[in-house]
Amino acid sequence: MLTEKEDGRMVEAATESVHWTTGPVRQNPYSGHANSPLQSAPALYLINDRRNKVSLCYSGLRSLLPAFLVCLLVCSVPAHLHGQTDCLACHADKSMQNEAGHSIAVDGQAFEASIHGSLKCSDCHADVKDYPHPEHIAPVQCKACHADLESEIVGSVHAHASPQPCTSCHGDAHAIFPKADSRSAVYPLNIARTCGNCHGNDGIAKKHGLQNVSRSYVDSIHGMALVQDGLLVAANCTSCHGSHHILSHKDPQSATFRTNVPATCGSCHAGIAEKYAAGVHGKALVHGQASAPVCTDCHTTHSIRKPNDAEFQMHTAPFCGSCHKAQFSTYHDTFHSQLSSLGGYVETARCWDCHGAHDVMPASDPKSPIAPANLVTTCSKCHAAANPQFVKYQPHANAHDFKRSPALFLVRLFMNLLLISVLTFFAIHTLLWVIRSRYEQIKRRSAKGGEDA
Amino acid sequence: MPELEQAAGTSRVQSAAQGERYFQRFTRPQRVLHAVLFTTFLGLAATGLPLRFSSTPWAIHFAQQVGGFGAILFFHKLNAVVLTLAFLVHVKEVIKRGLIHREKGIFWGPTSMVANWKDVKDLFGHFRWFLGLGPRPQFERYAYWEKFDYWAVFWGMVVIGFSGYAMWFAPFFARFLPGWALNAALVVHGEEGLLAILFIFSIHFVNTHLRPESFPMDMVIFTGIESEEEFKIKRAHEYDRLVAEGKLQTRVGVAPEPWLIKFSRTVGFTAIAIGLVLLVLTLSAMFL
Repeated sequence: MLTEKEDGRMVEAATESVHWTTGPVRQNPYSGHANSPLQSAPALYLINDRRNKVSLCYSGLRSLLPAFLVCLLVCSVPAHLHGQTDCLACHADKSMQNEAGHSIAVDGQAFEASIHGSLKCSDCHADVKDYPHPEHIAPVQCKACHADLESEIVGSVHAHASPQPCTSCHGDAHAIFPKADSRSAVYPLNIARTCGNCHGNDGIAKKHGLQNVSRSYVDSIHGMALVQDGLLVAANCTSCHGSHHILSHKDPQSATFRTNVPATCGSCHAGIAEKYAAGVHGKALVHGQASAPVCTDCHTTHSIRKPNDAEFQMHTAPFCGSCHKAQFSTYHDTFHSQLSSLGGYVETARCWDCHGAHDVMPASDPKSPIAPANLVTTCSKCHAAANPQFVKYQPHANAHDFKRSPALFLVRLFMNLLLISVLTFFAIHTLLWVIRSRYEQIKRRSAKGGEDA
Repeated sequence: MPELEQAAGTSRVQSAAQGERYFQRFTRPQRVLHAVLFTTFLGLAATGLPLRFSSTPWAIHFAQQVGGFGAILFFHKLNAVVLTLAFLVHVKEVIKRGLIHREKGIFWGPTSMVANWKDVKDLFGHFRWFLGLGPRPQFERYAYWEKFDYWAVFWGMVVIGFSGYAMWFAPFFARFLPGWALNAALVVHGEEGLLAILFIFSIHFVNTHLRPESFPMDMVIFTGIESEEEFKIKRAHEYDRLVAEGKLQTRVGVAPEPWLIKFSRTVGFTAIAIGLVLLVLTLSAMFL
């Protein structure tokens, strides 16, 4: 890719996100390495371009490499270390290890391409100034530059998760890419895998008393959209949990705290969030009733299914029933519930088919689907021939409650008495009969046996 | 009964009178009616019970096996329609014979299904015999418990059928019925169905098939034929009446063919086995 710079020269850029230019164009006192290679090389300058992206100004290293190697050989040690090349003279060796056996090799090319490629090694490894450097060097402090992110991590659930929390997620410290770069460990399509390194590991999950959520996420509607369809907008772990400042769902500040869930989900599902806020549940939540259902109560958290998925629909009616016990019990007595329990017939009326799902409203509200004026419309969603008489059917009739449904109560009572009296009478009748018949049979046989003998 | 006299007339030449004699008890249409009745009843019970006890594991498992609720309801309705047709054919026959042809013995008399004073006496007499307080009553063509079975099924079909069709065509029936009637339909349908299932699979099975005199199965409803000895013991009053009227000869039949006995046993035992399994499932759902 060729880019025209302010000084009019055409320069080569290696990637879309990292721009290679021939020399610093704004502040650099030198006009370019070609004129003064010994002065500037191997000098790296970090500048910000108009899009606030990190650009690299790097002197064409490749062409100078032989000259450098000669220079290094000629120069006496100890020497003042200037940049990557000095360090890579040793650390480019892939087999290089420290005393503990950990690799201390650095892939120079990958590092150059990374977001930190413009930095000198000593910018991070601050205690390495000269060569030879001490055997033991201090761990890199990312907070030296990223103080804001460091403070977010410190207050988060990951504060003590790892001695190097940054690289746990961002990966190899020498190959960190911007999050919009598909090579980045925190690129949306890679996030689930990155978080799954720990949260998809049964051992780690168990140790911290967590669930292994990775599998359920991957099978969820969000996970499928992300992993299978490669949809960048699909909710990944950080969409709901945040990234650096992840808090426990028990923390009222957390995006996943009960009362914050509608806002968190609503950051994508804005239309649904608006409906939810208008319904009784959304209003109850706002008025401090923390037990009011939020998105995750019905849809679950990590294993969110498609709303028309039969398994999901089967699960939700009992959930409504966990608060609305009497209504669930009376629903359970009806034909709708019988259909619902047996499955294979997802069309049957469940709670939300009549009451609405997100914007549940009382029957007294004229906008409610169960408002008397709207019943024919609501019922006719399934029962095409619904008429004003038909909708007098009571979907929550209670045959055990004389005051609420007297006729039904008496019908049930009559049927029960009939059942009990018929069965009791005939149970006695038939039992006596069988005993008597068997007695006669044995008597007759023994009499016969006596005659035969 | 005239239909039996005809049947005897058209039946094959009776086996040489040496040894046991056989008598015709049920005509072919009556046996076919019973076969249709118990087949559709088993079908209705097998598809109705998973609905009545829809939250039990066996109901859910069964529903999954047959293709969910849609399939269950389809077979339930299919059986219901066949049973309704059989019921209507029977009612049509009764009306034709009793009202149009003015046949005697349909609505009154010793061969009628309608209860009479003798049935009341037989019931009490039977109880006395159970307790060793009197002789065993001499029964007519249809004993009181058989009449009860008949009327229980008759009433049951009207009640279950009507409530079932009211639910099936709810918007239509809602034009004539009050709102709560649709709720009541399910209660009535379920309770009456439960009563029928419990009654048939326990009381009817024992009274008719499993009691010591008939154990393990009374074949007469399948073959139509019973031995003279069985006839005399089980329905002495009818036997004596036929002898006195000089009509016994009209009822003589031929011993059933071995294949018919074998076939009847297979069908009968299968039906009883299915019924007992359903009974166990029902009781487990009710009391466990």
